[in-house]
Amino acid sequence: MSEFPSFLRIPVGDWIDSLVSWIVANLGSVLDVIGDALLAVLVAMERLLLWIPWFVVVGAVAFVAWYAIRKWWAAPVMAVFLLIIGMFGYWDLAMMTLALIFAAVILSLAIGIPTGIFMAQSDRFASLLRPILDGMQTMPSFVYLIPALMFFGLGKVPAVFATIIYAVPPVIRLTNVGIRGVSQSVIEAAQAFGATSKQILFEVQLPLAFPSIMVGINQTTMMALAMVVIASMIGARGLGMEVLLSINRIEVGRGFEAGLSIVLLAILIDRITHAFASRQQYSQPGG
Amino acid sequence: MAEEQNGRTNLDADHSVCVEVRHLWKVFGARAHEIARDPELRHASKEEILKQTGCVVGLRDVSFEVRRGEFFVLMGLSGSGKSTLIRCIIRLADPTAGSVIVNGEDITGFDDARLAELRRHTTGMVFQHFGLLPHRSVLDNVAYGLKVRGVPVEERHDRARVYIEKVGLKGWENYLPAALSGGMQQRVGIARALTGDPEILLLDEPFSGLDPLIRRQMQDELLDLQAELRKTLLFVTHDLHEALKVGDRIAIMRDGEIIQIGTPEEVITNPSDSYVRQFVQDASPTKVLTARTVMEQPPILLYSWQGPKAALQTLRDANVDSAFVVTRRARLLGMVTVEGLVRLIRKRGTSLKDALDPDFVTCGADSVVEDLIPLVASTRYPVAVIDDEDRFLGEVYVGTIIASMIQERGEDEEQGTGEDAATVSEEAAAVDARPTDNSGTGEGALP
Repeated sequence: MSEFPSFLRIPVGDWIDSLVSWIVANLGSVLDVIGDALLAVLVAMERLLLWIPWFVVVGAVAFVAWYAIRKWWAAPVMAVFLLIIGMFGYWDLAMMTLALIFAAVILSLAIGIPTGIFMAQSDRFASLLRPILDGMQTMPSFVYLIPALMFFGLGKVPAVFATIIYAVPPVIRLTNVGIRGVSQSVIEAAQAFGATSKQILFEVQLPLAFPSIMVGINQTTMMALAMVVIASMIGARGLGMEVLLSINRIEVGRGFEAGLSIVLLAILIDRITHAFASRQQYSQPGG
Repeated sequence: MAEEQNGRTNLDADHSVCVEVRHLWKVFGARAHEIARDPELRHASKEEILKQTGCVVGLRDVSFEVRRGEFFVLMGLSGSGKSTLIRCIIRLADPTAGSVIVNGEDITGFDDARLAELRRHTTGMVFQHFGLLPHRSVLDNVAYGLKVRGVPVEERHDRARVYIEKVGLKGWENYLPAALSGGMQQRVGIARALTGDPEILLLDEPFSGLDPLIRRQMQDELLDLQAELRKTLLFVTHDLHEALKVGDRIAIMRDGEIIQIGTPEEVITNPSDSYVRQFVQDASPTKVLTARTVMEQPPILLYSWQGPKAALQTLRDANVDSAFVVTRRARLLGMVTVEGLVRLIRKRGTSLKDALDPDFVTCGADSVVEDLIPLVASTRYPVAVIDDEDRFLGEVYVGTIIASMIQERGEDEEQGTGEDAATVSEEAAAVDARPTDNSGTGEGALP
């Protein structure tokens, strides 16, 4: 009597298994198209970053850092961070990691911002989507790493796919919050002057939600970076792979170098995107 | 009902009506549409409707007309439905029943495209919380209405600059709204509403968020702008003083209904019920009553063709020491005094025109009592009230003004207690003595 009755068991696992096998068997061509598209973006990104000479990348990062943060130390500090990664011998791997992050972030934004806009406009859709987003963020990422692997095979594509699932919720949520937070009096004023809902979206809601969306982009980027190590388990080359290898071989020093490189990359991306987010604050009039 | 059916054609013929609201209802709640149609619920109280249907009545059977070029004020406390009403006029709120007719067209049936057209070209709106775009400069904010219309950037900036200058914000074009004070932000709001050159301007408590000094200044500026631009204005406020100051006509609202419509003077002198009277008690009559209302007819008038001796005799018979002289067409020539006439007779003069006294003050028929007080104080003789064509209408002196103020009070109190009324009228009568030979003393009685 003290045991949970076995006849109440729901075989959700079996259902998921058969669903996944059905998708793999029947939707192979669709998956191939998606996979090819992901790969195309990823490869283009990687080629671009590896083609640009290292000093140009350092210079560009220094300039963007100065432009975003507007402090005298920003440019030299950020440049030194990149140089340290290069001095560890991880330049190419760091660029591959960046390419993976950029590809995942770009695709996350392409999916997340429109979804967030739609979420802000429909309460029903918002209440439907919220538990799904919760699930995407809290489900251990290994769980969907396996089906990703089955859908797209080993390598970078499933890595990007899994990264998107993990990283897209913040930008959806913060786009939604940002748009809903736009002062009703401003929207009403735009309506009173005959603005269409499209004009209101692009000229009022999105610009005013921009700081919030930037915070979403910042968080999405950081989460994408956090996925890098996990994604390396399914064969995505990059700094994460180095960490994984050094764990397997118990090479503490190598692991530290790779780990520190990831940390430096994280700080760099975080500070720059964060500065963009906070520079766009407008004080909204009361009401 | 017949009137309702013919209304449309009548209206088309009558170009002086700009906005007409007919039997407008706004009900919030799931069963909103039943209420205006249900013959019983229509007349049920707000509480009764809420209890029976769970609906909240925002506007109940509201009807009024605004004439072209009129400054029309909707006044009421918060929750009276005035903001909902002004929003219904451009369908920022959708009315539940009834019609809103703007320039002869019922806009309640407009689709989105025609509604956008109406909002872009016919109306402009100013909001209590300004509603400025915080990420755009003053210039872009003012030009916003034109941008929505698709006017090219150069042109819309040029036109925006004109109105920025009109509201006195020249030099602030490139600042963000957050850099401006509340009063200046509202000027941006007003300039934005004017830039599209709309026929109708809707102002929803535009000055309520401003401190009193700035508010008064903005009211004056709005009146100046209105004198220049002659728009049709619908102005919402909860402040009776503001309503009385700016409005050509005032509609007083309570619980979603209009309970009185009238000119400021009508509202002040003849409040329709105790609710309006309570409002009015706070308002000072000196700011509202005009010379035309308080003036009296003089006991005698002299005509320019009369001889001096006859004139002097008339003055003495009436026991007064001065009188106004008018022409055959009632045009005011001036004033003669007993002393002046005596002097004229000694000099053997024949025409009253030679005895006109230089110490002679006139005022326009629409001057408010507040402005009359210094005039009355400046002379020991009555002040002549004249119209635009110099025709003599009546006279005002210290006694008339005090009497008018006491009567106002008296009427209020009469409604309140009903006892002091008699004494108050006696008081009024006592003061209502013309300044005779011992004039001048009246001046000391001024507050």
